[in-house]
Amino acid sequence: MTVPRTSGSEDMLRAVRRPVPHDSAEKHVSGEAIYIDDIPEPRALLHAYIRSSDIAHGRIKKLDLAPTRAQPGVAAALAAADLPTGHNDIGPGFAGDPVFAEQIVEYAGQSVFAVAAETREQARAAAMQAVVEYEELPAILTIEEALAQDAQVLPTVTLMRGDADKSIAKAPRRISGRLAIGGQDHFYLEGQIAMAVPGEDGDMLVYSSTQHPSEIQHHVAHILGLDANGVTVETRRMGGGFGGKETQGALFAVVAALLAQKTGRPVKLRPDRDDDMILTGKRHDFIADYVVGFDEEGRIHGVDFMLASRCGMSPDLSGPVNDRAIFHADNAYFLPHVRIVSHRSKTHTVSNTAFRGFGGPQGMMVIEYAIDEIARTLGIDPLTVRKRNLYGKRDRNVTPYTMKVEDNILAKIIGELERTSEYWQRRKAITAWNATSPFLKRGLALTPVKFGIAFTATHFNQAGALLLVYTDGSLKLNHGGTEMGQGLNTKVAQIVADEFGLDFEDVKITPTTTGKVPNTSATAASSGTDLNGRASLIAARTIKERLIKFAAAHFHVAPGKIVFANREVSIGGEKMAFVELVNLAYKARVSLSATGYFATPKVAYDPTTMRGRPFLYFAYGAAASEVLVDTLTGEYKVERVDLLHDVGKSINPAIDMGQIEGGFIQGMGWLTSEELYWDAKGRLQTHAPSTYKIPACSDLPRQFNARIADWSRNREDVVYRSKAVGEPPLMLAISVFHAIKDAIAAVGQYQISPQLDAPATPERVLNAIDALRLRLGDHLPAREAAE
Amino acid sequence: MISSDDSDPPAPASGGSAGSVSLAVMVNGTRYPLTLDPRCTLLDVLREQLDLTGTKKGCDHGQCGACTILVDGRRVLACLTLAVMKDGANITTIEGLAKDGVLHPLQQAFIEHDAFQCGYCTPGQICSAVGLIAEGRAQTADEIRESMSGNICRCGAYPNIVAAIQQAMGLP
Repeated sequence: MTVPRTSGSEDMLRAVRRPVPHDSAEKHVSGEAIYIDDIPEPRALLHAYIRSSDIAHGRIKKLDLAPTRAQPGVAAALAAADLPTGHNDIGPGFAGDPVFAEQIVEYAGQSVFAVAAETREQARAAAMQAVVEYEELPAILTIEEALAQDAQVLPTVTLMRGDADKSIAKAPRRISGRLAIGGQDHFYLEGQIAMAVPGEDGDMLVYSSTQHPSEIQHHVAHILGLDANGVTVETRRMGGGFGGKETQGALFAVVAALLAQKTGRPVKLRPDRDDDMILTGKRHDFIADYVVGFDEEGRIHGVDFMLASRCGMSPDLSGPVNDRAIFHADNAYFLPHVRIVSHRSKTHTVSNTAFRGFGGPQGMMVIEYAIDEIARTLGIDPLTVRKRNLYGKRDRNVTPYTMKVEDNILAKIIGELERTSEYWQRRKAITAWNATSPFLKRGLALTPVKFGIAFTATHFNQAGALLLVYTDGSLKLNHGGTEMGQGLNTKVAQIVADEFGLDFEDVKITPTTTGKVPNTSATAASSGTDLNGRASLIAARTIKERLIKFAAAHFHVAPGKIVFANREVSIGGEKMAFVELVNLAYKARVSLSATGYFATPKVAYDPTTMRGRPFLYFAYGAAASEVLVDTLTGEYKVERVDLLHDVGKSINPAIDMGQIEGGFIQGMGWLTSEELYWDAKGRLQTHAPSTYKIPACSDLPRQFNARIADWSRNREDVVYRSKAVGEPPLMLAISVFHAIKDAIAAVGQYQISPQLDAPATPERVLNAIDALRLRLGDHLPAREAAE
Repeated sequence: MISSDDSDPPAPASGGSAGSVSLAVMVNGTRYPLTLDPRCTLLDVLREQLDLTGTKKGCDHGQCGACTILVDGRRVLACLTLAVMKDGANITTIEGLAKDGVLHPLQQAFIEHDAFQCGYCTPGQICSAVGLIAEGRAQTADEIRESMSGNICRCGAYPNIVAAIQQAMGLP
């Protein structure tokens, strides 16, 4: 297959490279954008409620739905025994996620049965009338307990290069320690929701807030006993996804469809915020043990990492999430000798899932923490140690998984950011200021990001599109990607418009539907535009070539003399409106619709050996953050942040900037204020914004300078030489965590390194300060310790 | 942020079913007589009875701001407001901000500054910002950040939201 190159000279572009507003901008500001809960409700609609387990682990002794079914308004109640096909698993790839628990419940929040009633209140009240009795079983609630009991959802994976033990033993210096990294709730503002509408022949139409319509279609068909051609899943837009709607929408879609099939009536299932947070998976929390051997310059000789993550009760996506953690435990640094052991721990808590970065952020945290420790051990500035360990351009440029780092632009990015953020001047000023400030301490950190782009599961790296050209010259496009606010549809419309020399507004993108483009991949792994933009471009190219061939024959002009620009077609110098050519072509019986299909080249790796090229390329960035910590309370404020991020050649700088700033802010939440807390019985206690604090407007850095590295260009042939931008900026926020750690270190005049776990809540910061003071008491003269 | 209301509670409807009350609200310039369960929130009334779905249900706990509307010019969380508390009130939702097909300056500023991603919090952000400007207290970017902290945006479009509000306020 020949892959057409992105065409045209840069100065002919009308839509691409411009900061055109989001294609739903007017609808968003006027309240006209339709989310699933806003669709006019169909006649006879029922509302569903899922009753979930309130214990973490147990045997269902008794489940009696008769009292529920007798309640007013109830149309149906279904549990595992009532499933039409006997199929009861909606795990993606790996089994383990039942629609309804059978004999055993494995987390507090696991779906046990569901009710459909005339109103949501009736469904909920009726569900509470069922008799559910459990025999409680011992529950594994922490990663440590899981490790002690060898409880895993998937086997341990180990990546090795060279001889880690020997290199660490022979290295002049060595550090070791443990770091805990918290999880994160997606907190998409639009919660999970699905509405199922039964049709003819038992067919089912499901509106689902999902990043993965094809997988929802597959699960609905399988569980209901339908062929895939009897199930259509439609997603116009999501009110945020962030990975939380990659697999987690399936439960709600399948339950709505089951109840719709049972009753023959449309069913809507919209859990409330608390149920949404209790029932659905989150970012994996990790614990990591590190042993690092290095020299007096801070250069790493060898690392030995143990990563263990809380996968919860089932595999879900934990395999690839943890693989990606391994692939990013090097971040930007050359590690000559490596052993990374990755345990996928089973706990009786909700099954953790995809979340922007997909394990990459946790892997990166480990090496960044280790580097910070190296620097503090040696008394060298952490940025210097970071720079000394960066991947090289000609040598020291092979990752532990054997992929070569071919376009390393990090030295340039860091150099530029050092200058624009005035890192060294501020470092000096902050150190001096801290020496005179007894209670308030400032901290500064500059950290890099190198993030691999592609699905690590190679076969997901494909996409399709369907383009229709109408005789009035308007274009309608459908592609397999989903819009969740990231601006995918806008970028794709820009790409297609430019192929025909049209305006962005000439292209309408329709809701994603499994009825138009089949067998799509999740919109995930930052790959939405890379995949769907290219597939759409290929569809456009097909139609354009037909038009060129027709025009060349019709007007007796060489194909090379036919140019699409400025909403016109120049045919050997004669100009004609695009719509005119389309009409001529239609009358000459030229097909004006086409599919496009794209498969990412080059990527391939062997998951058994963890070797190969899992990524097509890397996206890079760096961030410098400064914080001000009140050492008496542990509270802090992010004072200034400078970001410099690589998006290749941007297709839409406004959208890319939104992703950079927004990703950073979301990452900052993960590492600072967002803390998940389960009680001693394994029940999530942080299930609403009252107790789970995502960043608010007031948490913005006082000074926030974000820039795109506008000189960058993707060396790989990605659409318009752009780079994926969805996930990488999230990890820029690691700089905030290290700035906080740096401020705490100032409490001890930078003589010893504070120990800090993530998220660095004020409570943890205060504890870290107290621990540091205790240690200082051992090391410093009594006068200072008594301060 | 929730305004208190010292008006008398509406009398139970004479002709309604047991437990329902009658009242009337003015929404976006149209008067709506309503007979409803006194437990109905204003949010559910707007979305489910008046088909004004621009106002969003985010957390239904008064903690996310997605349901922010204007009641007698003040920003109010519709999910924490019982409709019966607002008999006779003048309510403006996101659907009522544009006049004669012309967007409100804040709506226009949100587009110009790309002040949203997924858009779900946007109606609440804009209504909240209209209320903030009417309050007249926030004068600087810092004060805008503080006064908008009740409206959370998970996409993190805050820098652009603040910029849009600054533009609409005529701040540099």
